[in-house]
Amino acid sequence: MSTAILTYLFVGASFTLYIGIAIWSRAGTTKEFYVAGGGVHPIANGMATAADWMSAASFISMAGIIAFLGYDGSVYLLGWTGGYVLLALLLAPYLRKFGQFTVPDFIGERYYSRAARIVAVICLIFISFTYVAGQMRGVGIVFSRFLEVDITVGVIVGMGVVFVYAVLGGMKGITYTQVAQYCVLIFAYMVPAIFISILITGNPVPQLGLGATVADGSGLSVLAKLDKTLLDLGFSPYTEGSKATIDVFAITMALMVGTAGLPHVIVRFFTVPKVSDARLSAGYALIFIALLYTTAPAVAAFARLNFVETINNTSYAEAPGWFKNWEEIGLIGWIDKNEDGVIQYAAGAAFAGSPTYSDENGANGERGLTNAPTDSVNEVYADRDIFVLANPEIASLPGWVIALVAAGGLAAALSTAAGLLLVVSTSISHDLLKKTLMPEITERQELLYARIAAAVAIGVAGYLGINPPGFVAQVVAFAFGLAAASLFPAILLGIFVKRMNKEGVIAGMLSGLIFTFAYIVFFKFVSPELNSSENWLWGISPEGIGTIGMLLNFLVAFSVSQATSPPPAHVQDLVDDIRVPTGAGVAHKH
Amino acid sequence: MDEQKNGSSEKDAQRSIFHHEGENLPSHGHHDEETLKEDVVRLYWRANLRLLGGLLVIWFVVSFGFSILFVDALNQYSLFGFKLGFWWAQQGSIYVFVALIFVYVVQMKRIERRFGVDDD
Repeated sequence: MSTAILTYLFVGASFTLYIGIAIWSRAGTTKEFYVAGGGVHPIANGMATAADWMSAASFISMAGIIAFLGYDGSVYLLGWTGGYVLLALLLAPYLRKFGQFTVPDFIGERYYSRAARIVAVICLIFISFTYVAGQMRGVGIVFSRFLEVDITVGVIVGMGVVFVYAVLGGMKGITYTQVAQYCVLIFAYMVPAIFISILITGNPVPQLGLGATVADGSGLSVLAKLDKTLLDLGFSPYTEGSKATIDVFAITMALMVGTAGLPHVIVRFFTVPKVSDARLSAGYALIFIALLYTTAPAVAAFARLNFVETINNTSYAEAPGWFKNWEEIGLIGWIDKNEDGVIQYAAGAAFAGSPTYSDENGANGERGLTNAPTDSVNEVYADRDIFVLANPEIASLPGWVIALVAAGGLAAALSTAAGLLLVVSTSISHDLLKKTLMPEITERQELLYARIAAAVAIGVAGYLGINPPGFVAQVVAFAFGLAAASLFPAILLGIFVKRMNKEGVIAGMLSGLIFTFAYIVFFKFVSPELNSSENWLWGISPEGIGTIGMLLNFLVAFSVSQATSPPPAHVQDLVDDIRVPTGAGVAHKH
Repeated sequence: MDEQKNGSSEKDAQRSIFHHEGENLPSHGHHDEETLKEDVVRLYWRANLRLLGGLLVIWFVVSFGFSILFVDALNQYSLFGFKLGFWWAQQGSIYVFVALIFVYVVQMKRIERRFGVDDD
C-alpha cells in the first residue's frame, strides 16, 4: 500500500475511534460537562493530562527547535516538565479539595470578589485562544503535507471531530478521547525515534542512544560528532549555549510557572475522585509526559545529524524526495548561490525572511525564490517544524511509520485544542453567565450555554486556523508569561497565605499582567527593532519577562494586603478547609 | 509492616503532645476538642510545608542549579557519553522531577495518616 493510502487509513481509524468514544461518553449534567463527574481514575487522568498538555508544539515543533538551538532548547524541556512539580506540590491537591469547576471559580470565591473572577476569566480566555491558534496551524500542516488536501479542508475536518466530542461529551468526552489520543501520539512519537536510534547508534532506547557512539566507525558519540560537524559548518557547538545565563534562567522560570498556571491543565485535576488522587495523577501525568520529553532531545540530535549528512554537498538532482516534497509545501527553500547545482548547508540565513516563491523553476528544477540572498554560503532554508514530521522520511523508514506520525501529530493538536476550548466554554457559561450575568438560569440552561459557547469557540479557533494571524508565533510567549504573572501567584497566595485579601490579589494580578503585557507588546509589536539584549530589562527577553511579572505580582500583593483589612472569617475558614484533604467528596456544584 | 509501626509510634507521640496541652485546660468540653483539632491541623500543615520546602530545594538545584547556573562547570565531566551539565538540562532534571512528585505522594500520605487527616 502506498504511504498516502496508509495515512488516510490511520488518520481515518483514529478519528473514528475518537467519535466512537464521544458517543459512548455523552455528558448529561453540568458536572459531567465541566469535570467529567469527578470520577476519573488517576492513571486515566494522567494520560488525559499528558495529551491535553502535549500540543502540536510539543509533538511537531519542540524537537525541531531543540535541533536548531542545541543546549539553548533545554529551556523548553525543563520549563514544560518542571512546572508539573509546582502543580503537584503547590496547586493541584488544594484546588481539588476546593472542589469546584473552574480556575476563576477558585479566584472568585477565595477572594470574595466578582472583579477578581472577571480578571481571571479575561486572563483565561486570552491565554487559551493564543494557544489554540497554534494547534490549528499544526492540524493544517499535517493535513496539507500528508493527506494532500487544502489546509482549509483539513482544519474544517479537524474542527468537526473536536466539535462532536467536545460539544456532545464536554469534559467527560474529552477525557476519554484524550486517553486514546495519548496512546496514539506516544506510539507515533516513539516508533520512529526507536528506529532512528537503532539506525544511528544501534541502541534501541533513544534516551541512551543520545549518549551512545555513532555506528559509523568514527568512534565519536552522537553529541561529540554533532558538535564537530556543526563547528565545521560554522555553527556554534550543539551542547553549548549562546543565550545569556540570566535569560535562560528567566525563560525557564516563566515556562515552569506558566505551565503550572495554565487553566486547561489545572482543570484536569478537578476530575479525580480524591485530593490524594490529584497528587498521584500529576505524578502519572509527568511520567507520560517525560516519556516524550526525554525522547525529544534524542530525536532532535539525530534529526540534525541526519539532515546535515543527507543534504550538505548533495546535488539537487540527487536530493531525496522529502526535500522536494517539503519544498512543495513551502517549508524548505533552496537558492543555488554559487550555481553549481549542489546544495550547500552552513551557518547563517540563506536569505532574508521566510521563502516567497516565484512561479518559475530554477536551473535545476527547484522552486524559484524571490527573496534576496544573503552573503552567507548557506543555501538552504528549512522550517523547524519539518524535523519531526520529515524525520521518518529522512531516515528512509517504511510508509506505515510516516502514516503513524501524521495520526500522532493530529492527536496531539486535537487533544490540546479540545482541552483549551473546553475551559473557554466553561468559563463563559459558568463564570461569566451563571456566576455573574445570569445567576437565575437552571442547570439545563447552563449546560446548553456551555455547549453553545464550545461551538462558538470551535468556530473562532477554526477561523484562526484557516486565517492564521501573522503574529501567532510571536504571541506564544504571552500565554506562559501571562499565566506566570497573573493566575499562578493568585492561586498560590490563595492557598498558602491566609492573610491575602482581595485588594492585594487584584492589585497584584493587574500589575503583573499589565507589566508583562506591556513589555511583550513593546518588544514584539511596537518596536521590534529594539528587541535585543542590550535594550532588555536586566537582559531578560520577552519570553522570560513573565518571571519578573510574577515577582512584581507577589511584591504588590503583599504590600497592598498589609495596608488593607484581612479577609473575612468565612474565607479564612475556606483556606483552612482546602489545606486539609479530609472530606473532599466528589466535585460538587453549588 | 515497618512503616505501620513507625506511623503508630508517631501517633503516640502526637497524642502525648495533646495530652500535655490538655492538662492546662479545665475540662474536656466541645471547645477543647476544637482546639485539639486546630492543633492537629497546624502541625499537619507545618509538616507539609517542611516536606514541600525540602523537595522544592531539590527541584531548584537540579533545574536552575545543575542545568543552568553551573552547566559550564559540570560540562567538564562526562556521563555515558554526555557532557554532565548538558545531560542534567536535557535528561536528568526530568527524571528527578518525576521522582520528586512520587516522593511527595508517598510522604504526604504518611503525614496525613499520622495526623488523621487523610482522605481514605
